[in-house]
Amino acid sequence: MNTKVPSKWVLWLSALAILALPSAAAAQESHIGKLTGHASSGKELYRRFCIGCHGPRGDGQGENAPYVTPQPRNFVAATFKCRSTVTGTLPTDEDLFNAVTRGFNTTNMPSWEPLTPQQRADLVAYIKTFSERWKNEKPGTPIEVPAETAVTVESINHGKELFQKLECWKCHGPEGRGDGPSASTLTDSNDQPIRPYNFSVGTRFKCGTTNQDLYKIFITGVDGTPMPSFADVIKPNEAWDLVHYLRTLQVTRKGPESEFMKAKGGSTKAADKSGK
Amino acid sequence: MLFRASKETGNMRAVHSSFRSSAFLVAAILLGSMLLQPEADAIPAFARKYGLPCSACHEAWPKLNNFGQTFKDNGYQLGNDRDAPIWQQPTYWPIALRMTPNWHREGADHMAVYDPATDSIINQGITTHGFDLSGMDMLTAGTLAKNISFLLVPSADNEGAFHFESASVRFSNLLKTSWLNAKVGKFELDNMVSEKRIMTLSNNGGLFQLYHFLPAGDYQASGDPNFVGFGLGDNQLGVEVSGHSKNDYTRYSVAVLSSNDGNVNLPTSRGYDTYLTFSQAFNAGSMGLQRVGAYAYVGQAPTIFLTDGVNVIPGAGTGNEKFYRTGFFGMWYLKKLDFTTMFMHGSESAYLYSGTPAGQTLPLGAQAPKWNGGWVETHYTVNPQLIILQRYEVIRMSQQGNSANASNYGDMDSLTFGYRYYPFMTSRAGFAFHNEYSRVRQRGTSPIPGLDLTTSSVFLGFDFIF
Repeated sequence: MNTKVPSKWVLWLSALAILALPSAAAAQESHIGKLTGHASSGKELYRRFCIGCHGPRGDGQGENAPYVTPQPRNFVAATFKCRSTVTGTLPTDEDLFNAVTRGFNTTNMPSWEPLTPQQRADLVAYIKTFSERWKNEKPGTPIEVPAETAVTVESINHGKELFQKLECWKCHGPEGRGDGPSASTLTDSNDQPIRPYNFSVGTRFKCGTTNQDLYKIFITGVDGTPMPSFADVIKPNEAWDLVHYLRTLQVTRKGPESEFMKAKGGSTKAADKSGK
Repeated sequence: MLFRASKETGNMRAVHSSFRSSAFLVAAILLGSMLLQPEADAIPAFARKYGLPCSACHEAWPKLNNFGQTFKDNGYQLGNDRDAPIWQQPTYWPIALRMTPNWHREGADHMAVYDPATDSIINQGITTHGFDLSGMDMLTAGTLAKNISFLLVPSADNEGAFHFESASVRFSNLLKTSWLNAKVGKFELDNMVSEKRIMTLSNNGGLFQLYHFLPAGDYQASGDPNFVGFGLGDNQLGVEVSGHSKNDYTRYSVAVLSSNDGNVNLPTSRGYDTYLTFSQAFNAGSMGLQRVGAYAYVGQAPTIFLTDGVNVIPGAGTGNEKFYRTGFFGMWYLKKLDFTTMFMHGSESAYLYSGTPAGQTLPLGAQAPKWNGGWVETHYTVNPQLIILQRYEVIRMSQQGNSANASNYGDMDSLTFGYRYYPFMTSRAGFAFHNEYSRVRQRGTSPIPGLDLTTSSVFLGFDFIF
């Protein structure tokens, strides 16, 4: 029996296949600077390095998940803490690359910097295959981080006011020790208990080490945790004020803010007086 | 009498019968290698602590990848603020045990065997085989506090006799920089091509011949307890200062070591050796990480021993004579295929070679032996659960310790190949089916004068660690 397919159907199917290719390919690749990561290479790397915690299906249910706190990231849900994009959107490939490179302090996720950049890019490409979101959505647009304002008494004092006004102290505590009245009740999107950051210890933040990283945390929020985005609440200059104040809570850290405070006698109050 | 030469003056190695010297070599290969089961630093205690599979740190255990090497170089710390013991459950015990039940076949040709029928020594090959055990390693390692780590490896031979293979404390990130770390105790030399993580296990192939090579006829291999010899693969006692870049691409170390080849109680010497190494890695894109490096060990050993009139007084040796090993290496990755290339040049004093007290007249023909050697080891990592490997090793004498020897006397060729299959990958335990063949030929060292000695091993084992 002759089952010849009509030529116009062949054309339509071919056209559909061609149209589908870019999105499928995009989900299988990552692009970080000049690097192109490939999911096919990342699959074996994932099996070698990541599967124990994140699991074979990327759902964060690896064999070690029951023993890991906080729980490993669920790549199927595709909710990521550290992004340069607005809350609720997918992170950029570079965000994921940076997270893999940096690791997450006070969690079981180490820094994978000893892997080559190509290997990390391949891993990012493979991580993106676990969720349909990467096929249906584009990553969010990275927020703009304006130039940092000067560290001044006014900036620090204003940051302190914002810390009160925005009720940061409820979770992070009045002195930023992570012991606010709500601290013990906080849970993440998996209903697992989560501790707010303790500024007094001075360890690096989950999403980076620089003032720019801290700025991004306010504006993008930390998705999957109670830390919201303040993008609609504060202006860029105010965010920098908050950064400057929070740095002064990191009492063990040496930086321009702490040096400034030291020079002004140790407190903004003292600084006010000396300033006058 | 205050001084006693370990051997009568002029007792030249050349006058030892070739039969006797060869017997030492056969004993060294067959007995020594049975005892020298590698202390392999594949430590599931770390995997349990961090929840990482073995393959995170090991290309295929026990061979480290760059992530594992970085972890080791950071003092067994991942740097995510979960390293100190305070973060571990109180029941966590940082210990792992490794052993390898096996079946092996050992063969040696041109052996001297007594034939009762003719009442004479005849040239005969000898083969033996059967089920056996390896030695056992207890690997305990981890952090005592932030930036203070330890490694303690009580090790037993396959008859249960224990010794301390490693026992060291390490202080990491001194002055808050990864470029300054210090380690004290007994430890593996900072060698990127580590015999402690060797991928081969058989009697012939379970060691790098080059790392333990002493020229044929060397008095230091005679069994005289005053001459402890030297092996680059032997753990040494001393202090090491090391440093590395954050991603471990650049590494250096300098060690000052007691000149006793890692033996405790200062048995012979009160001198010190020095070991230096440097390596640099290069990122070659999708090919992987390539590394090149160089090393040098400059040592000394006594040739004169104080006595109480009858017995040698330990640790009071004098008349130190020098030896050295120096070379360079490369670790080359072509995706799943990788090659390790090694070159070494070695030399030692004619006094050490001939067992002659320093300052006395050397036996006729005695001279400083020199040799060159190297190997190429190839791995094909099919996936983290299967690795195929081979190694070809050559050692060539460039100057004999006795000018009367044939120029190729003691030259060595060694071929080893096999595979390791890991049926499962977890962060709790390691298990590998290991199958290997190895063959070693050394020129002119058969117990039958003038003939080469060839030994071979077939090894099938279940290598487990938990």
